[in-house]
Amino acid sequence: MQKYSIFNLVKNAFSNHENWDLAWKDPTPKKEYDVVIIGGGGHGLATAYYLAKEHNITNVAIIEKGWIGGGNVGRNTTIIRSNYMHDDNALFSEFGMDLWRKMSQDLNYNVMFSPRGIINLAHSDAQMNVYARRGNSMRLNGIDAVLLNREQVKEIIPMADFSENVRFPIFGGLMQPSAGTARHDAVAWGYARQADSMGVDIIQNCEVTGFDISSGKIKGLRTSRGDIKAKKIGLCVAGSTNILAEKLNMTLPIETHLLQACVSEPVKPVLDRVVTFGAGHFYISQSDKGEMVMGGDLDGYNSYAQRGNLPTLQHVLTEGIAMMPFLSKLKMLRTWGGIMDMSMDGSPIIDKTHIEGLYLNCGWCYGGFKATPASGWTFAHTIAQDRVHELNAGYSLNRFNTGHLLDEKGLGTKTWIS
Amino acid sequence: MLFIKCPHCGWRSQNEFSYGGDATVKRPELGKQVSDQEWDDFVYNRKSLRGKHWELWQHLSGCRQWIKVERDTATHEIFNTLKANEEIS
Repeated sequence: MQKYSIFNLVKNAFSNHENWDLAWKDPTPKKEYDVVIIGGGGHGLATAYYLAKEHNITNVAIIEKGWIGGGNVGRNTTIIRSNYMHDDNALFSEFGMDLWRKMSQDLNYNVMFSPRGIINLAHSDAQMNVYARRGNSMRLNGIDAVLLNREQVKEIIPMADFSENVRFPIFGGLMQPSAGTARHDAVAWGYARQADSMGVDIIQNCEVTGFDISSGKIKGLRTSRGDIKAKKIGLCVAGSTNILAEKLNMTLPIETHLLQACVSEPVKPVLDRVVTFGAGHFYISQSDKGEMVMGGDLDGYNSYAQRGNLPTLQHVLTEGIAMMPFLSKLKMLRTWGGIMDMSMDGSPIIDKTHIEGLYLNCGWCYGGFKATPASGWTFAHTIAQDRVHELNAGYSLNRFNTGHLLDEKGLGTKTWIS
Repeated sequence: MLFIKCPHCGWRSQNEFSYGGDATVKRPELGKQVSDQEWDDFVYNRKSLRGKHWELWQHLSGCRQWIKVERDTATHEIFNTLKANEEIS
């Protein structure tokens, strides 16, 4: 594989950049693989990469119905954080933060990780108490957390509405300085390029149509490009989880929902942090191009339409304007929607299944992007070793059956609970 | 914007409604021994497939009645609506 470096950049400049290698190949599926990962999104690509890198398993295929970077990894708000209270979520996400910090070097691809910090705004004394508790829990788990009062928040984000007579005055906020954003497409492309270079077959435009299971053991899968035998199969398909579960006769604690995001026209640098509204569900950051990147609630009903509906967008942006009134002057550049695998307690599932050799990775709700490296790393471990790692032990499938829910916010599919 | 025909009030915009999830889920019978699995299926497990989907909505800013709606989860087209006590045929 051609290394991306200043030296190679200069060298290729002499040939008008026409001789760069393809970032990844377009192979024909082989008859058999040791591991097949279904879903070529961020998590699937990361899983294949860590299978090769950490476990030396390279006879691996990624089966993707669309194209690399065309799903949720290319349509999110790029926020990376580990500001969780529960140990299972906190330790998993903080492990991921370490991988994020090393990612550009590790993948030889600039993912533009920008640890600019995230501020969750508080709008009442009670909320300040809740944030203090969460901040303390985070610090006990070795995650940086700073509780800010109103004046401190005002110093960092003076453009927010600090007037006295507003419905949701800003009391303060909880900040995780090490949180941030990254270039989402680069994450997909970087993982794809490295996985490909280590021998992983990335097979695009290939739809899974069925599974071959005998005596409780996975044998292979049927696809639109022929049958493929596999010793192990990892399901990593986010919003399409329910569709594949149906083919496996499984019913999961997952509903597929629609989540929207939008960007404004690009403006000069105004916001150098990620900020979330505490009296609703709204988050905002500014991209390197200057666009304000915004998102919020689910549309609220089961959906496979990768496009949003106006009432929710209006609701979300109303919150945004309440928080930062200057947003009302901006024009909207783009809005888009993706389909989310919403779990019933709001936390993901990375686990084995009752079918031997079949592994499940789903339920990422609002927070799939930030989990990309940690999800890939732990899922690769679960598949390679045929047992869960302690980092994803809390993300078990049977927790709904045993009552060990991981309800960070207790939201899941029910947006109206908030 | 969805337009939903409330069986009690007629055509109204989505803004007046609140969503209540899969309408085909049945609570385990009262007075019967319920296994963990049955309870799990009732509370958490959902098919949530692409295509036609019977679901509950409440006409919250209208007559406040719960209704059943048959909607396509891919196109958002609404085919049919029923009162809460009407059986899905």
